[in-house]
Amino acid sequence: MKVPTMAEMMAAGQKPEVLFWVGCAGSFDDRAKKITRAFVQLLNKAGVSFAVLGTEESCTGDPAKRAGNEFLFQMQAMMNIEVLNGYEVQSIVTTCPHCFNTLKNEYPELGGKYEVMHHTQFLKKLLNDGRLKVEGGSYKGKRITFHDPCYLGRANDEYEAPREVLSKLEADLSEMKSCKQRGLCCGAGGAQMFKEAEKGDKEVNIERTEQALETQPDVIATGCPFCNTMMTDGVKIKEQSTKVKVYDVAELLADAQA
Amino acid sequence: MQYVDNIVFVAVLALAILWFSKQVGKIRRNINLGRDIDRTDNKSARWQTMLRVAFGQSKMQARPIPGILHFIVYAGFILINIEVLEIVLDGVLGTHRLFAEPLGGLYDVVINFFEILAVLVITACVVFLIRRNVIKVPRFTKPEMKGWATRDGNNILYIEIILMLALLTMNATEANFEHAVAGPFLISQYLAPIFSGMSQDTLHIVERFAWWFHIIGILAFLNYLPISKHFHIILAFPNTWYSNLKAKGSFPNMEAVTKEVKMMLDPTADPFAAPSADDSGAAPERFGAKDVTDLNWVNLMNAYSCTECGRCTSECPANMTGKKLSPRKVMMDTRDRLEEVGKNIDLNGEFKDDGKSLLDDYISREELWACTSCNACVQACPVNIDPLSIIVQMRNFLVMEESAAPQELNLMMTNVENNGAPWQFAQADRLNWKDEA
Repeated sequence: MKVPTMAEMMAAGQKPEVLFWVGCAGSFDDRAKKITRAFVQLLNKAGVSFAVLGTEESCTGDPAKRAGNEFLFQMQAMMNIEVLNGYEVQSIVTTCPHCFNTLKNEYPELGGKYEVMHHTQFLKKLLNDGRLKVEGGSYKGKRITFHDPCYLGRANDEYEAPREVLSKLEADLSEMKSCKQRGLCCGAGGAQMFKEAEKGDKEVNIERTEQALETQPDVIATGCPFCNTMMTDGVKIKEQSTKVKVYDVAELLADAQA
Repeated sequence: MQYVDNIVFVAVLALAILWFSKQVGKIRRNINLGRDIDRTDNKSARWQTMLRVAFGQSKMQARPIPGILHFIVYAGFILINIEVLEIVLDGVLGTHRLFAEPLGGLYDVVINFFEILAVLVITACVVFLIRRNVIKVPRFTKPEMKGWATRDGNNILYIEIILMLALLTMNATEANFEHAVAGPFLISQYLAPIFSGMSQDTLHIVERFAWWFHIIGILAFLNYLPISKHFHIILAFPNTWYSNLKAKGSFPNMEAVTKEVKMMLDPTADPFAAPSADDSGAAPERFGAKDVTDLNWVNLMNAYSCTECGRCTSECPANMTGKKLSPRKVMMDTRDRLEEVGKNIDLNGEFKDDGKSLLDDYISREELWACTSCNACVQACPVNIDPLSIIVQMRNFLVMEESAAPQELNLMMTNVENNGAPWQFAQADRLNWKDEA
């Protein structure tokens, strides 16, 4: 797979159009790595000149900040900003809404000012610019429901980009009873991904999966590697894995390429 | 003797206003116990937010039934105030329906409009009472609603119904007057027969009684506000004006930490250097919030603005799945603790340590760690209260002052520190995905 790093680009005297911030989940989690690769496929297909930081990338500090460790967050932020500014990065695209939110909203004050896009926003642009095309393909008429990631939706008021990309698949889009501004969390945010939930009578991802299953979907679409894990687990626990698949918007779009 | 009524009225009015100002003054002082935060930027956006969210009640309409009913009560409250102005002037000047003559026919139109509003308000309040006490809408029966919170909610509705009935009674008696200055009345004409058998003298006594009952009721209600959740009718406006205009996902960066981190990352920094002149030598502020005085004043104003409607809690994923966390309880606890601190100051002149704090005595760690920071509560609040801000500041205290994060989170943070990822993977393996599959 053709994935240039910033270091290689710089050595060759080149500057990419956009930096692809992969994120920790996208780099290490087996399920999320598939999303990463699907997105790279699309970037290559569209002829986007991009690069990744590779081993120079480090956690944005998001989970530390949400857990209350401001010190660790700022350490991570400052180190990342030093790397990014060193490469004179101007625009960043990322497949993780948590990285997206942190880079976009919390880095500028610390000296990291970039144009930051979520990958669904970037894909929307590529489609609208005609750089990417969808040939109807495998999702025509399939029932898809989109789960809004909190850090893309409520946190940054982006509800339309993922839906616009999905609409190009000519699929049958149906909304859950809680969607967009009132979308229900998958249960992973605020560093919950890394700990057991407090005592309760249900897991949040089960509640959300039930809402998704009510729409009788063929596919639950997500735009976040953590939501993806939570929903995949939910579907598994509800014993619907054979009928209902959980895919990232990028995977669906990559799949629908002729 | 002819001025007795006027004098009594002015005295009652002055007393009510004085007492109300005193109570508001205390709330103001309590709110100012919070840390400073600048929320005066972008004034035009702030006015717009206030117009849209507070005046226009835009966020109330997310739930249409209570949204519309609430709008009726709100419109009734604002518009009937015009009649209250007449009542106050009548009281001061010793007149009867001062506006009737100058307004002529328009007066009857206006009064009839108020009558319709009064009936709508009564209807809305009755529906609200049914929702709270008969249907028992789940968000009104959560654990934090036990006792005073539930009584407070009902009190307000009863008072509003009684005040509106007094208003209609005033008109219904007027309708039987030989020399009525107003009428016919659209609604109270149907109540008028109740009083038609009375002599003119008795009618006037009943009318006066309803008049005094109405105005004293309003003044008493005014003084009930500061101890009630109903104070939101005042604070909703500043609360939306000062609300956070940034993206909801943007958590503020702590400046004190930035300074330290910059120094740590600066190879030329001298850790043993003498403190610079602008270092006052005072003990540094605590990281995060353990008690209400560690929160900022907007957080504290939020607490006084909360009317305990519970929309936040009903949208909270943690609460929905049976966890202890309830964003509404966070706000109620903050207000209760702040009131306690305020009373402590009233008693001792300044705050004397009472061995209590917002953390643990009011809000448990279990509640704080159950939050997914999803912002559903912030989105749901009709007056832009931000419970998440308080939760995060209290987490800041737990982690940065007490190192008291749950074990699994400590592990996650150690990983971030050591290998730049929340899991234990080597930094060198970050690009392995490229060649897999």
